[in-house]
Amino acid sequence: MAMPQTETVHETATTAAPDIAVSARNVSKNYGPVEALKDLSLEFPRGQLTSLLGPSGCGKTTLLKIIAGLLEPSGGDIQVDGKAVTGPGPDRAFVFQDFALLPWASVIRNVAFGLELRGINKSEREDIASRYIKDVGLAGFEHSFPHELSGGMRQRVGLARALSVDADVLLMDEPFSAVDEQTRRKFQEDLLALVANENKTFIFVTHSIEEAVYVSDQIAILLPRPSRVSDIIRPTGLREKDSTSIRRDPEYLDIVDEIWASLRSYVE
Amino acid sequence: MNRPLLLKLLSAAIVFGAWEIAGRIPVSYALPTFFEAMAALFRMAFDGSLWTAYAETLKPLAIGVLISAVLGITIGLWVGLSKWFDWLFSPIFIVMQAAPLAALIPLLVMMYGIGLTSKVFVVCIMAMPVIVLNTAGAVRNTPTSLTEMGRSFQASWWEVILKIVIPAASPVIFSGLRLGVSAGFIGAILSELKITPTGVGDIITYSRSIADYASMYAAIFSIIVLAVIFLNLLEKLEFYLFEGNARGYASD
Repeated sequence: MAMPQTETVHETATTAAPDIAVSARNVSKNYGPVEALKDLSLEFPRGQLTSLLGPSGCGKTTLLKIIAGLLEPSGGDIQVDGKAVTGPGPDRAFVFQDFALLPWASVIRNVAFGLELRGINKSEREDIASRYIKDVGLAGFEHSFPHELSGGMRQRVGLARALSVDADVLLMDEPFSAVDEQTRRKFQEDLLALVANENKTFIFVTHSIEEAVYVSDQIAILLPRPSRVSDIIRPTGLREKDSTSIRRDPEYLDIVDEIWASLRSYVE
Repeated sequence: MNRPLLLKLLSAAIVFGAWEIAGRIPVSYALPTFFEAMAALFRMAFDGSLWTAYAETLKPLAIGVLISAVLGITIGLWVGLSKWFDWLFSPIFIVMQAAPLAALIPLLVMMYGIGLTSKVFVVCIMAMPVIVLNTAGAVRNTPTSLTEMGRSFQASWWEVILKIVIPAASPVIFSGLRLGVSAGFIGAILSELKITPTGVGDIITYSRSIADYASMYAAIFSIIVLAVIFLNLLEKLEFYLFEGNARGYASD
């Protein structure tokens, strides 16, 4: 298939075999007679951000929920650090598209909720939570309620909740799709800093080609019916660039164009 | 004095004023004035007959409402959580809700006699269906992303129910309770009018038969006041248990 130039760069870039944090091996998922995922294999390098990109209905959210342990695969398995996934675990944290905040709970209780479920006592978990609330830029809003916050601030709460349990793998299901364009750009810049500073593995579902190319170390393109990984792209020169100049970089523009060329026939 | 309270008093004054005027015209010989009814109420309160009557009426009411609330919420939770229970129980409560209660009373009397049991049954038949169906509906509509969120942070099944499903459903559960309790009041009075005249139902029936309409209206008035007070207490309980409910929810 297409994309010869990224393929060649890819070869030179991966001479040192990357450490794999999460791997999906021959994963299938059927809903009755419908095949959502078929024999899908994919590896997620540690400390990097991998995007799952594809047209709607390609099973990217299904794959993410299988990695999270929220859905059972019909076949194949997921391994995190070499251990097979049997359900949700402390090594993975999820950021939801619709934020999934408890509307009756304050920001600090929402952020500490993951720790609360792990049985950590109140003063300790609120200490940890308030640190992450500060990190995501919501200091002063600890005792506000979700309905008092804007969409962008709500997703910061969701992000702080996922960070506060200190999981190795962060699973993000279209986290920025429900916030406005300007907030989204800010989020994408913040995400780059987060990937650079935290030694975590990010798995990021998106339907935006630009967003995927902007934030990813590795982009897995999924095609539907039946879902499979059609291509893996690893931009090479973008990480060294300043976050504000990536969008003007020729490599960025080329990759965006190529991905669109390969996806356009699948979009109704 | 704040404005809402002032408006509440004004609305009460308008209703009671209209009643007083209608009683003075009089619209009907069976309609006493507001002040006559209040005088009868105080007379019954002071000679103690009102309290003995309520001691009698509150028995089936309290037992019935308590059973309906505890059993209704429990069954409602199960019906909402499991399809299997839904198929098993929902039809029973839908039929119960649709059935004309007055027609069932003779049947209940034949089966359980004219004592407390029948009256408790009447209260339960009135109160339980709306509590069960509201609870089940609320539980069924818990946002999936919230329960998935709980599971992804390793909440146990119980934690998902206690920390996510019940708080999320609580506003609708409580609105079901309010409807159920008011229906329970109707049931309690209906059972005293239809099965055996005891308690407040007895005051109503007896005063009517001797044309003491002031006492009859006083009894009706007192039961309405009691129901309103009880519903207000229920609201206080809701805000005490789920303080977030008073704050309004995010729309999305």
